[in-house]
Amino acid sequence: MELQAVLMAAGGGSRMTDLTYNTPKPMLPVGNKPLMWYPLNLLERVGFEEVIVITTREVHKMMSTDPKTKLDIKMKLDVVCIQEDGDMGTADALRHIHQKVKTDILVVSCDLITDVALHEVVDLFRAHNATVAMLMSKAHEFTETVNVPQRDFVGVDQSGKRLLFMANEADLEDGLIVRRSIIRKHPRMHIKTGLVDAHLYCLKKAVVDFLAENKSISSIRGELVPFLVRKQFSKMTSGQKRMDDTETVDQKNDGLTNDDLFFPSRDEALLQLAQERSCWNDHRGDMSEAYHGGKLRCYVHIMDQGLCYRVNTLSAYIEANRMAPKFIEEPAVHPSAVISERFQMGSDSMIGAGCHVADKTSIKRSTIGISTTVKEKVKVTNSIIMHGVTIEEGCNIQGSVICSNAVIGRGADLKYCLVGNGQRIEPEGDTYSNTKKSILLEVSVTFGLV
Amino acid sequence: TACCFFSYYFKEPSFISYVIEGKELTKEEKQRLRKEKKQQKKGKEKKDASLPQVSVAETAAPASQLKAERRARQEAERTSKQSKKGDTGQPATTIVKRLPEHIQVDDPDVLKKLAKKLERQQIPRRLDYGYKVSLFSHLLQYSRKAPLTQQLSIPSAVIHPAIVRLGLQYSQGIVAGSNARSIALLHAFKQVISDYTTPSNEELSRDLVNKLKPYISFLNQCRPLSASMGNAIKYIKKEISNIPSQFKEDDAKKKLLNCIECFIEEKIVLAAKAIAKSSIEKINDGDVILVYGCSSLVNHILCEAFEKGRKFRVIVVDSRPRLEGREALRRLVQKGISCTYVLISAVSYILPEVSKVFLGAHALLANGYVMSRVGTSQIALVAKAFNVPVLVCCETYKFCERVQTDSFVSNELDDPDDLIVTRKGETQLKDWQQVPRLGLLNLVYDVTPPDFVDLVITDLGMIPCTSVPVVLRVKNVDLL
Repeated sequence: MELQAVLMAAGGGSRMTDLTYNTPKPMLPVGNKPLMWYPLNLLERVGFEEVIVITTREVHKMMSTDPKTKLDIKMKLDVVCIQEDGDMGTADALRHIHQKVKTDILVVSCDLITDVALHEVVDLFRAHNATVAMLMSKAHEFTETVNVPQRDFVGVDQSGKRLLFMANEADLEDGLIVRRSIIRKHPRMHIKTGLVDAHLYCLKKAVVDFLAENKSISSIRGELVPFLVRKQFSKMTSGQKRMDDTETVDQKNDGLTNDDLFFPSRDEALLQLAQERSCWNDHRGDMSEAYHGGKLRCYVHIMDQGLCYRVNTLSAYIEANRMAPKFIEEPAVHPSAVISERFQMGSDSMIGAGCHVADKTSIKRSTIGISTTVKEKVKVTNSIIMHGVTIEEGCNIQGSVICSNAVIGRGADLKYCLVGNGQRIEPEGDTYSNTKKSILLEVSVTFGLV
Repeated sequence: TACCFFSYYFKEPSFISYVIEGKELTKEEKQRLRKEKKQQKKGKEKKDASLPQVSVAETAAPASQLKAERRARQEAERTSKQSKKGDTGQPATTIVKRLPEHIQVDDPDVLKKLAKKLERQQIPRRLDYGYKVSLFSHLLQYSRKAPLTQQLSIPSAVIHPAIVRLGLQYSQGIVAGSNARSIALLHAFKQVISDYTTPSNEELSRDLVNKLKPYISFLNQCRPLSASMGNAIKYIKKEISNIPSQFKEDDAKKKLLNCIECFIEEKIVLAAKAIAKSSIEKINDGDVILVYGCSSLVNHILCEAFEKGRKFRVIVVDSRPRLEGREALRRLVQKGISCTYVLISAVSYILPEVSKVFLGAHALLANGYVMSRVGTSQIALVAKAFNVPVLVCCETYKFCERVQTDSFVSNELDDPDDLIVTRKGETQLKDWQQVPRLGLLNLVYDVTPPDFVDLVITDLGMIPCTSVPVVLRVKNVDLL
């Protein structure tokens, strides 16, 4: 077997607590399907037959029992439940399932919505015998409200595939320090800041074994990947003095020598012989052999076209809902929805199963969830209505998110609001702002730096 | 699963929704598929929906009954074919030599046969790319941007992961060069053999060979096989079929792995040492040696000679688009040999300085022609005109029984987009496909006639080019 898929669905959604305080993040409806469905669909389309899903007990219960959040996935899902206290990082979760991991793994986060050609990432992993291969995407305008102090600096080589440098601005105190060994080997490095990390990683099995022994690493994105990227350029033997160690960034992990990370593949000597006889080199201009003789290699595939969203903030959630019809091949109006005749629907809207939509309503660029009731003369524009909501007559809802089981009273006029789970809006209610029942939505657009 | 397989294969490959059925069809199911196709041809209607039920019912029938049925049907078909042919059929005694399929791409029947074979083996087919120059329209031309893995499922279930990795490395050029490709191929086969388990009712000697056939087709689709790889595969297949049936699986596997290691050790590593020893006699102090491109064997010879203390300098000739000479230059300069680097267009300018030409070979053909990187015959020609001796270094496992007198009939077309170069921000050939009647030709190999080659240095000794058929004959006698 070549690759095992692991889906991380235990995240809390800490950046969108307004939506996740009642519904766990993997179950949030996007285009009337739970968020988890999108990465699982991606894996299924590509040809995986089983996935290890790491999630919480609550989500597992919802997956199996709640009909509204049913996943139509034909793959075999091996669900591993972990505690919800939030102390377990992604790397800790991998350590937890260490026994189940038999080959190289493909780790996907549950909030990834993308149409990437997955073979691009996996081909990098296969062809160069890489230790880690990941996916990144150029940020689009609405998806990331990137606050300036949290920028990620990603350094790639000239071909744009080899990952040379990765650091988050929060970890850098004095400025961006690049080791001389990197510059010597790759004199031309492109540093990019406007990239979205898709949290999709192909990791060698030896990395998981390494994690099982080194319990200090708890997050894949935050600690493991930067560590591996740094270790690409460490000297091979621990005995040699390091002459160019002037940085303070990676002190904490330097206790481990590179020998621990030398992951030999089967029959290493023969592979080495083949590489020596091959007339290929990944760089030119200096005297070293291919890959500079390094055994640890990290690669990245940067998508510049196509969709890639990480639904971890409110604006990303809204944008994802807008783009959802492109991923789903079902018709926009579910066949079991009961819709009357005199009603207008825009082409970008979606109506879920079991809905009741009455006369003279107008629904534009919105998503209506499962089992929702929309009465007469309602205007819904640019909004997301989740499951089980009741909207009484004459309401006007614009640019809002209405969570599950809410009731909007007659004649309410909501603009850019977020109505929480199970809330009630009084009839004849006007635009709310900053009251306890609704929150003003900030649809701010900040352009990421490229 | 059988009906899914049908419908999945015939749609166009697109990353969004279509994937080749991952599970391997069992032998029974494959036989059933063949039976189905034959019956469909005869006009019987069989609905797809009934297939699963049919398969369930027929698994109960014992294998011998199916075999008997098959044999009876084959007899009937054979007699009907004979009666149809009658007098117009060819007499049975003439031997019709079949051309390999990869050089008959412009013949639609051959393409159909190839497509059928790939479908049977569940290997996706790589599509031709771009306009081909008419003289070479019978050859396949692929684009590096459309790898075969696009049409495979991830994780690959039908093809062993080591073979998928190898195919990718071939098509991207990471493993290039005749020796490197053979070694990498044998390495991948070692992994396949280690991971192999004999299914029940099968013999390892027969089943393993059948298992390897789709892998070889897959590698062929990624990049056409080289002569050295072909010989290595023949050797492996022979070794596998010669495994006595009473061997236990572990012993058989160990023996095979051992055979592979012996092959590499004898035919590649030791052969290189022997060739280096012979060629050092031919390198004198004060020599100016010309090499072309990056041949692992020639580099090895020069490095050994330098270590043994011979004083010489090297001129490395290089050509676009591969520019492999840069890698050769790096390896020689790293050793400390003083080198000069020129492009092939300058070869007649520097030849007056040269005392010897050392060339590597991709294969040596049975009529004495040398098949090597494109440009080699040019260098040999110019060297002959200047009366400079040309020495070709080649291991005996690269000797091939093919006969070729020109570079047109059998060659390899590389990605035409490699010829596009961007200078000062301008790419002139960016839209070459829109220009009518413009074809970009990126040949990989050419053949050098034996008149231009003075000596061939092999691990059997130094032989003239015309003695190659003798070596082949001796080798064949050995194998028997």
